[in-house]
Amino acid sequence: MNLTLRVWRQKNAHTPGEFREYEATGIVPDMSFLEMLDVVNEGLIARGGEPIAFDSDCREGICGTCSLVINGIPHGGQRGTTACQLHMRHFKDGDRITIEPWRARAFPVLRDLVVDRSPFDRIVQSGGFVSVNTGQAVDANCLPVPKDDSDLAMDAAQCIGCGACVAACKNASAMLFVAAKVSHLNLLPQGKAEKDRRALNMVKAMDEAGFGNCSVTGSCEAVCPKEISLDFIARMNRDYAAALLKGKFHAKAQAAGG
Amino acid sequence: MNLFSLIFGSSLGKKFVMAISGALLFGFVVAHMLGNLQVFLGPEQLNAYGHFLQTTPEILWPARLGLLAMVVLHIWSAIRLSRENKAARPIAYAVQKTVKASYASRTMLMSGLIIAAFVVYHLLHFTVLMQAVNLTGQNFSALLDVKGRHDVYRMMVIGFSHPAVALFYLIAVGLLCLHLSHGVSSLFQSLGLKNKFYGACLDRFAKFASLILFLGYAAIPSAILLGLVK
Ligand code: HEM
Ligand code: FES
Repeated sequence: MNLTLRVWRQKNAHTPGEFREYEATGIVPDMSFLEMLDVVNEGLIARGGEPIAFDSDCREGICGTCSLVINGIPHGGQRGTTACQLHMRHFKDGDRITIEPWRARAFPVLRDLVVDRSPFDRIVQSGGFVSVNTGQAVDANCLPVPKDDSDLAMDAAQCIGCGACVAACKNASAMLFVAAKVSHLNLLPQGKAEKDRRALNMVKAMDEAGFGNCSVTGSCEAVCPKEISLDFIARMNRDYAAALLKGKFHAKAQAAGG
Repeated sequence: MNLFSLIFGSSLGKKFVMAISGALLFGFVVAHMLGNLQVFLGPEQLNAYGHFLQTTPEILWPARLGLLAMVVLHIWSAIRLSRENKAARPIAYAVQKTVKASYASRTMLMSGLIIAAFVVYHLLHFTVLMQAVNLTGQNFSALLDVKGRHDVYRMMVIGFSHPAVALFYLIAVGLLCLHLSHGVSSLFQSLGLKNKFYGACLDRFAKFASLILFLGYAAIPSAILLGLVK
């Protein structure tokens, strides 16, 4: 396959970027999207050019590092699939593919297609943990967890924190990510003790990072590689409202868990 | 952190404000439609209803002030949230694709702002009775029925006999219907009262209720223009 790529190139956070065109030749349909970019980069390096910077790590859809907007859709529009698991057989010979970084004020571009997603880390540090002393592993069935709750918590815990929800949202809102992180712990008995504080603190950290608000368009859920449901956003809204109604807002800010 | 800043200063809190004010405005819009549909029951019924409201300040004024408060809160939060949303994506994508988001959900601010402009016109037209805006050259406040009450019925008939005015009303209620086809289900999401068990049902309810509202409101100017009500 031969393709034409239109790629966002940007030297660093302080220099303006621009689109550049590259020919991708000899692409095998079984390659993943990132392998296709590797081939293009090898060509660029061989010709003494600067390779296209993009993020990746596991390349098997579980780490959430890859982050490309492909033809206007985060991760390329294959349902429940990260860019690293997107295969070139979904494209046609001669296609023109536009590749852009996540676009959000909270995610500044560091270089080319690499953005700074540390606001997600700060949100997790503000409440995405359980403050218990660790020690001996407890007996598995000491703490009963209803099956429905553990299933739902697992659905939320699937979030790999890639940020596609932010990238897809017309408001660059991080609600789906935050909702998944809040819900996953708030659903489990271990997390219940800090339920109210967690909702308040994580929402506060989200707001401070400069993400937008939820317009309930559903774009986030549609592009999420882990198909996290919009229901979790409703659940977070509920947890937040419950914390307000209970008057739990006097709680001091939690220290970040280690 | 205090309660006030958690509600009016946070993303979720502002959505609570928007959802609750929107829900109450929705309630008003339903009641208002039912009130207006009395035009089909004839002048006696409608004028008696109008007279009742006009002469019952203990209902009229709390309702007016409550509505004003809801409108202020709704528009305030709409503008604050929309500005934050714009600021959150300073650089647009070169390839703009819409995934899943419905037309209504993407145009809430636009439909809302046009509805707001319509509400101002509507108040000048039928509440303040400003002669200049009704385009018929008649003074609506001078219309009295045989019992000496304000003749609301004739005011409607004359008011909507001007096609441009009737058309503006039809467009406005169309946009209100669009706004609510998303808003009425979105408000449950914002208040945390939605999940997969009845979420689809809420979505259908929102579309159905907006359609009924549209038909109910549009029936009045349409019937007058077609000469069915005179
Ligand atoms: C009778 C008039 C109106 C009614 C019944 C109404 C109703 C609603 C409802 C129920 C919602 C959903 C709340 C939520 O998402 O939680 C909503 C949202 C919204 N309304 Fe209104 N509204 C009205 C007028 C207006 C006006 C005048 C504006 C103009 C500024 C406006 C702008 C918005 C915006 C921007 C949203 C939020 C959309 C989002 O979150 O993206 N609305 N409205
Ligand atoms: S590289 Fe790990 S999910 Fe794509």
